[in-house]
Amino acid sequence: MKKNNSKGIRTTGRAALAPYSLWAMIFILVPLLFVVYYAFTDNNFNFTLENVEKFFTATSNIQNGDGTSREVHTYILIAFRSLKLAVISTLICLLLGYPIAYIMSRAKERTQKTMMTLLMIPMWTNFLIRTYAWMTIMQDNGIINNALAALGLNRIKMIGTEGAVIVGMVYDFLPYMILPLYSIMAKMDDRLLEAARDLGCNSASVLRRVVLPLSMPGVVSGVTMVLVPAVSTFYISQKLGSGKFLLIGDVIEGQYVANNFHFAAAIAMVLMVALLVFMAIFKYLTSRRMNGGR
Amino acid sequence: MKMKTSAKIYSAIIFLFLFAPIAVLLLFSFNEAKSLSVMSGFSFKWYVELFNDRNTLNAVRNSLVLAVSATLIATVMGTAAAWGIDRIRSNWYRRVLSTVTDIPMINPDIITGISLMLMFVFVGRMFGAATSLSFWTMLAAHVTFCLPYVILQVLPKLQQMDRALPEAAMDLGCTPLRAFFKVELPEMLPGIITGAIMAFTLSMDDFVISYFNVGNDFQTLPIHIYSMTKKTVTPKMYALATIIFFVTLGMLMLSNLVDNDDSRKLRQRRKEKKGRN
Repeated sequence: MKKNNSKGIRTTGRAALAPYSLWAMIFILVPLLFVVYYAFTDNNFNFTLENVEKFFTATSNIQNGDGTSREVHTYILIAFRSLKLAVISTLICLLLGYPIAYIMSRAKERTQKTMMTLLMIPMWTNFLIRTYAWMTIMQDNGIINNALAALGLNRIKMIGTEGAVIVGMVYDFLPYMILPLYSIMAKMDDRLLEAARDLGCNSASVLRRVVLPLSMPGVVSGVTMVLVPAVSTFYISQKLGSGKFLLIGDVIEGQYVANNFHFAAAIAMVLMVALLVFMAIFKYLTSRRMNGGR
Repeated sequence: MKMKTSAKIYSAIIFLFLFAPIAVLLLFSFNEAKSLSVMSGFSFKWYVELFNDRNTLNAVRNSLVLAVSATLIATVMGTAAAWGIDRIRSNWYRRVLSTVTDIPMINPDIITGISLMLMFVFVGRMFGAATSLSFWTMLAAHVTFCLPYVILQVLPKLQQMDRALPEAAMDLGCTPLRAFFKVELPEMLPGIITGAIMAFTLSMDDFVISYFNVGNDFQTLPIHIYSMTKKTVTPKMYALATIIFFVTLGMLMLSNLVDNDDSRKLRQRRKEKKGRN
């Protein structure tokens, strides 16, 4: 880079972008085309709609509580269960993470650094091992239940419930909510909050009128960063749910292991489209909220 | 600002939750018996067993090599990309790029993993290779999923920067290159560091994408751990996690020390400047 005029600056901008543009095309866009290609072909790479059809129409019988059974759409049911657990976990992460991010961002500089370090440490411990440790904590003869028994209380069934899977998801993905929230809030000027208070806002309206609108970009990226892995997980549900209820990730993984690449691609494609629609709506709603807050 | 008592209690509860399983694995790595929920005595035997386990040590080495390579490539390419995105005037180019950058984040890992695997397998088959999955396909996959995180950490720093600052620097006689290093890079640096740390963490920790792209000759630690948790898990795995924990703790404390030193110097320099004025 030598002395540049403004046109030169634009050229260097493009030059800096070139490697990434090429990389993104080969390793982000082209693989997605392969998902679509596999989803619409059979094992001999002839065109077929069978894979997609199977996802929407396959049915199976499940037992009701009273002994009768009913017919359900297998994969649709699993998809909605995955979405439900992921949305619940994301909301819990937001509720738990938002105050922490705010406390961090307003703390003394030294305290901020300590809290940041404390937040990073669990992230650096392998997530499979952490999830496995939760299993030993929540097992029927695990640490919590042994403690309950020692106190003369009844043991609680935790592993194999949806609650255990939610605990696992919240635990594993909470730092991914806190970090983007914190990084936006740390930039927030203290004087803005003071000004709002001087102008007669109480704590609640400072939060609603100043902190919330300013932190909205952090909320958007935090929710994205939690919801995405939560909806796709298959390890957490296998370990903490004891594999009792399948999530959409379990199905894709099962098809991959069974070498059914084409059906796996079809489920992946449906999941991708559903999430894109969901995220587009979410982004649209929050961007309106952001502009309205100004 | 001083922390309120309620804020302190709340923070303590959250961190207790975040550290609960870590405390458990630290404790049980020293268990005498094989149990992971009943402590029966203190022993180092699982550590000894760990250091005699060739496969695990090999997997650790593989993971480190992969994470460091992926972080370096993703940080450099991602920072350059963020800087470029901030700079280009063409609206459609920027919109296309930010949409494409969002894809690996909006897409669940499992789809990123499957999509790359399908491409690698298909291309491999085209060239008649029996297996196309290797270190290089893993590296490509890891760089791909790290890149957006780096870009999304760096780009906001540039956007929050006063656009007049680099121009002012150049008006005052800086060359664009000097303005970049004196003004833009310091503004970006917190984002670059956070992005690099995230990339490294994600790469070390990644199981899902690796799971679909792993070859037979290059096993990473999470893949190795996954195959271990398929069978009965012994405290040996906890011993491994404990060592990783203390290494991490040491590294983070070291980086904090360096950081504190830097900010102290910065404050001092500012004070000197004020004194001169």
